[in-house]
Amino acid sequence: MLEVRNLHAYYGKSHILQGVDLDIAAGEVVSLLGRNGVGRSTTVKAIMGEVPPQGTIRFKGQDIAGLPSYRIARLGLGYVPEHRDIFPSLTVRQNLILGIKDPRRPGKWRLENMLDMFPNLARRADTPAGVLSGGEKQMLTTCRTLLGDPQLMMIDEPTEGLAPLIVQQVGELIATIAKAGVAILLVEQKLSIAMKISNRVYIMGHGRVVFEGTPDQLKSNAAIREEWLEV
Amino acid sequence: MAELIVISTLNGVLFGMLLFLLSSGLTVIFSMMGVLNFAHASFYMLGAFFGYQLTRWIGFWPALVLAPLLVGAVGMAVERYGLRNTHKHGHVAELLLTFGLAYAIEEIVSMVWGKSPMDYRIPAALDFPAFTVFSTNYPAYKIFMLVVSVTIFVALLIALKRTRVGLIVQAALTHPSMVGHLGHNVGRVFMLVFGVGSALAGLAGVIAGPSLVTQSDMAGLLGPILFVVIVFGGLGSLPGAFIASLLIGLIQTFAVALNGSLASLFGPLDPGLGPSPLTDIWNVTVAQIAPILPYLLLVLVLIFRPMGLLGTRES
Repeated sequence: MLEVRNLHAYYGKSHILQGVDLDIAAGEVVSLLGRNGVGRSTTVKAIMGEVPPQGTIRFKGQDIAGLPSYRIARLGLGYVPEHRDIFPSLTVRQNLILGIKDPRRPGKWRLENMLDMFPNLARRADTPAGVLSGGEKQMLTTCRTLLGDPQLMMIDEPTEGLAPLIVQQVGELIATIAKAGVAILLVEQKLSIAMKISNRVYIMGHGRVVFEGTPDQLKSNAAIREEWLEV
Repeated sequence: MAELIVISTLNGVLFGMLLFLLSSGLTVIFSMMGVLNFAHASFYMLGAFFGYQLTRWIGFWPALVLAPLLVGAVGMAVERYGLRNTHKHGHVAELLLTFGLAYAIEEIVSMVWGKSPMDYRIPAALDFPAFTVFSTNYPAYKIFMLVVSVTIFVALLIALKRTRVGLIVQAALTHPSMVGHLGHNVGRVFMLVFGVGSALAGLAGVIAGPSLVTQSDMAGLLGPILFVVIVFGGLGSLPGAFIASLLIGLIQTFAVALNGSLASLFGPLDPGLGPSPLTDIWNVTVAQIAPILPYLLLVLVLIFRPMGLLGTRES
């Protein structure tokens, strides 16, 4: 479904991505792991066109490298960015409404279902989203992107700065999305959720992919974990 | 005195609402695109001149609708073919583009219409006194200006709060790229906002033209006050721009109307030091310093509250 070949990206003069290759099949859950600053977030940003990409990015067979992000989103690629960019002055409900790409053609996810799934969001449906807690904001952005009916969702660091109990809830939400057949590219630093729900994991180091395998293969490979993940 | 207060308040609110027609567009464009549009007051001038010309050809009422639409179209073209191409070179390039545009428009206008004031008259249907306060006849045209500005203000508010496009615009004020990631064409929204903002400025020009003076230096006169308004209100804040517009409108109107000076206020305490440079300050009237007041306010705001009245970011 998503095919990335020899992806390069620059921030000014620094060469952040130095030839990233990765693949995600339909319905697959893939995690992109690695330490801070190895280019995981830049990889998803380059795919969305937020950082100018060089190389090949194909989504459902179509070359999307450098397309405006709204066109990429309309092809069915959802993106939940690292900082949970909620619209703080809009209400929770208005935030969700903006996730719907075309109100005349609703997808399989409905706003009411989202609110049923998350009583916390339902209770605050008409308050400005800026007052939500970190965990609630994460649920909100994830649900908002889901309402756009993506076939692949890229979620960047959803558990960053959240309490362990909330991390578990976020993990459950992602698992629910995956069960519904949406492919997921999860960018994470912590292993906990990633190891539980992923079909495959990629580890990045120095701007490229340094390991690819199943969670079990990673579990049994202490050398890789030590070199590229553990602090 | 009561008469002065009533009339000045009416005039001040009117001037404030006119300022808001301009500052609302300017501030929304600034928060969405990060571009301080130096040519915004030029769109106001274009509105006045288009209004004048169209009034001569087809009459005031069609001109009232057509001229702002024309100015809006010019604005959209500027966004689509100018700013969008300059965008990748950063905000400084965009700023310079609007700066150059302001001068270009002024030169073009004075080439086409000359430098002297136009004979842009209040339409006969509105050229009568609406009511009399004490001994002053208040012109119906000013009431008309007030009604138009308030109507537009209410319509904008409803469009912004109640429609889907309004929601997208509000969201794009703070997180334009996220709006794009959700599948909304932010570029098209930018063009629309730029167009509507320019059209509002144009409308202000059409209705202010007959009342104030329609001349090729009118953009240069109003532009700086506009920047005071949006810095004072807080860059990117619509409610801030509204309050600041009214406040500056009132301050300027009252300052011009008041004829007091330090000498008249503290008359009995006149130190009587004889002629000295200080005597000039002592005798200067409020009306004389009226033109400086907005800029004085700007300096004070920048020193004591750099984010402006209701702004969230440092200007």
